[in-house]
Amino acid sequence: MKILRFSRKQLCIPYALFLICFVVLPLAVIVYYAFTDGSGRFTWDNLLGFFTNGNTIGTLCYSIAIAVAVTAVCLLIAYPAAYVLARSGLKKGPVLLMLFIMPMWINFTLRLTALKEILTILEGNLSLYPFLNTVIAMTYDFLPFMILPLYTTLLQLDESLIEAARDLGAGPAAVFFRITLPLSMPGIASGITMTFLPAMTNYVILDMIYNSTYIMGSLIGSYFNIYDWNNGSMISLILFAVICIVSLITDREEQNDAKNRGAVL
Amino acid sequence: MMKKILSYSWLVLVALFMYIPVLILAFYSFTDSTTIGAVRGFSLQNYVTLFTLEELRNMIAGTLLLAVGAALIASLLGTLGAIGAFYSRPFTRRMVETANRVPVVNADVVTAFSICILLIVVFGIEKNTFIPLVIGHVVLCTPFVYLAVIPRLKQMDSGLYEAALDLGATPFQALYKIVIPQIVPGIISGFLLSVTLSLDDYFISTYTKPATFDTISTYVVNATRGSQTEIKTALWALSTVIFLVVVLAVVTMNLASAGPAKKKEVSAYESREKD
Repeated sequence: MKILRFSRKQLCIPYALFLICFVVLPLAVIVYYAFTDGSGRFTWDNLLGFFTNGNTIGTLCYSIAIAVAVTAVCLLIAYPAAYVLARSGLKKGPVLLMLFIMPMWINFTLRLTALKEILTILEGNLSLYPFLNTVIAMTYDFLPFMILPLYTTLLQLDESLIEAARDLGAGPAAVFFRITLPLSMPGIASGITMTFLPAMTNYVILDMIYNSTYIMGSLIGSYFNIYDWNNGSMISLILFAVICIVSLITDREEQNDAKNRGAVL
Repeated sequence: MMKKILSYSWLVLVALFMYIPVLILAFYSFTDSTTIGAVRGFSLQNYVTLFTLEELRNMIAGTLLLAVGAALIASLLGTLGAIGAFYSRPFTRRMVETANRVPVVNADVVTAFSICILLIVVFGIEKNTFIPLVIGHVVLCTPFVYLAVIPRLKQMDSGLYEAALDLGATPFQALYKIVIPQIVPGIISGFLLSVTLSLDDYFISTYTKPATFDTISTYVVNATRGSQTEIKTALWALSTVIFLVVVLAVVTMNLASAGPAKKKEVSAYESREKD
């Protein structure tokens, strides 16, 4: 009976099994489907098909363009806002922050309905500016997810380092670019992961603003609609690879930064 | 002074960008107009429709039930998983943490598609059983519960559990009476986060739900494709109701805990951002 005795470690078993069944196994199945054809034979065709088809490559490039634009716009809007919230000595900083992250809790499809109505008034025909509208809609949706990590990083930033830089004769620009900005890299990195990947994949946003352009997520959606599991799996696998690469890069950014911070101190 | 005005006006601009669409929609939800821009008379018709139309009521109730149900399962699974992994060998913990990270960083479409393939295509589970939908939502939520609980375990004095055992408590008692009470704030924020994630989800639902069932997200997306103005304007009312509920919740939270709890709230979300 000794083996069956309860210990804390065993509490992990249900969740570990759950992760194996519903996280690891689905990925394995995706890999299997991505490299087989309709009748279950091994094939490279799905992979080659993706990289030789002009449409899919075009979609990949377009999604990357969208993702870069959305991430850049979010960063440019969110950074100053987070900076003011965290560092201008506002007494109500945390309360005001709530104002900027509250939209996270309102269903995004409802918020997009609202945005769509406004854009329709401003532009008339929404299909005239597909790229611009996608960037606006995604920025509108993802902004809170960029503001929050930036705020938390900027809040923790050590004020004495900035004072030291000033004392040593650095001007405002030098202080910002050589102290504040490098020290806020972890926040920037996690903000980027929170916006870049959804911007490549969240195709409902495009659907909702009557956009007929395609991003990577739309490809999965269209393969799903015609029951093409093999090609759908290949796209999922490619996206998963992109996700792994991006998170590796941002992770390293955060670690590098931790090292730099050590050096500064 | 100039700098101050500039920086505050930036905040105001960003806030306007975030809130103007929702507020304009809220304004028009109280009128009888069917398009934005045409001001007509005051009317509560949209709210009457929202709360009386069977289809809408079922959809809202279903969404809430799914969110709370999935969040409860996720909280149980994630909490036990976090306690177990935290006291396991580093190797086990690292494996759990890596697998836990996958749904967090992965795109929702990919998670949804892979679960759909596994459960529906490979195992042949019927969508009508709601099993794929619930499992999908639990996969979406549990990693965040895990991430919310782990920091609490780190903060806890590790000697307490040993002390309880030395004083004659069984491991189960020690866990129930000592460990769990210490990590309750983490469990609660994990639960709340799960509810909001589930409510906001579109992709998992659309890939795994039964054809006759709709969550708020899938319903709204379908409604924007359709042309029923009655439904369209009733959704403006829904948007307004949700907005007011969120505002109320945030205000109450701030008033109820003017101080330490605010930080907690932020740190729960921070853990979502970070990992």
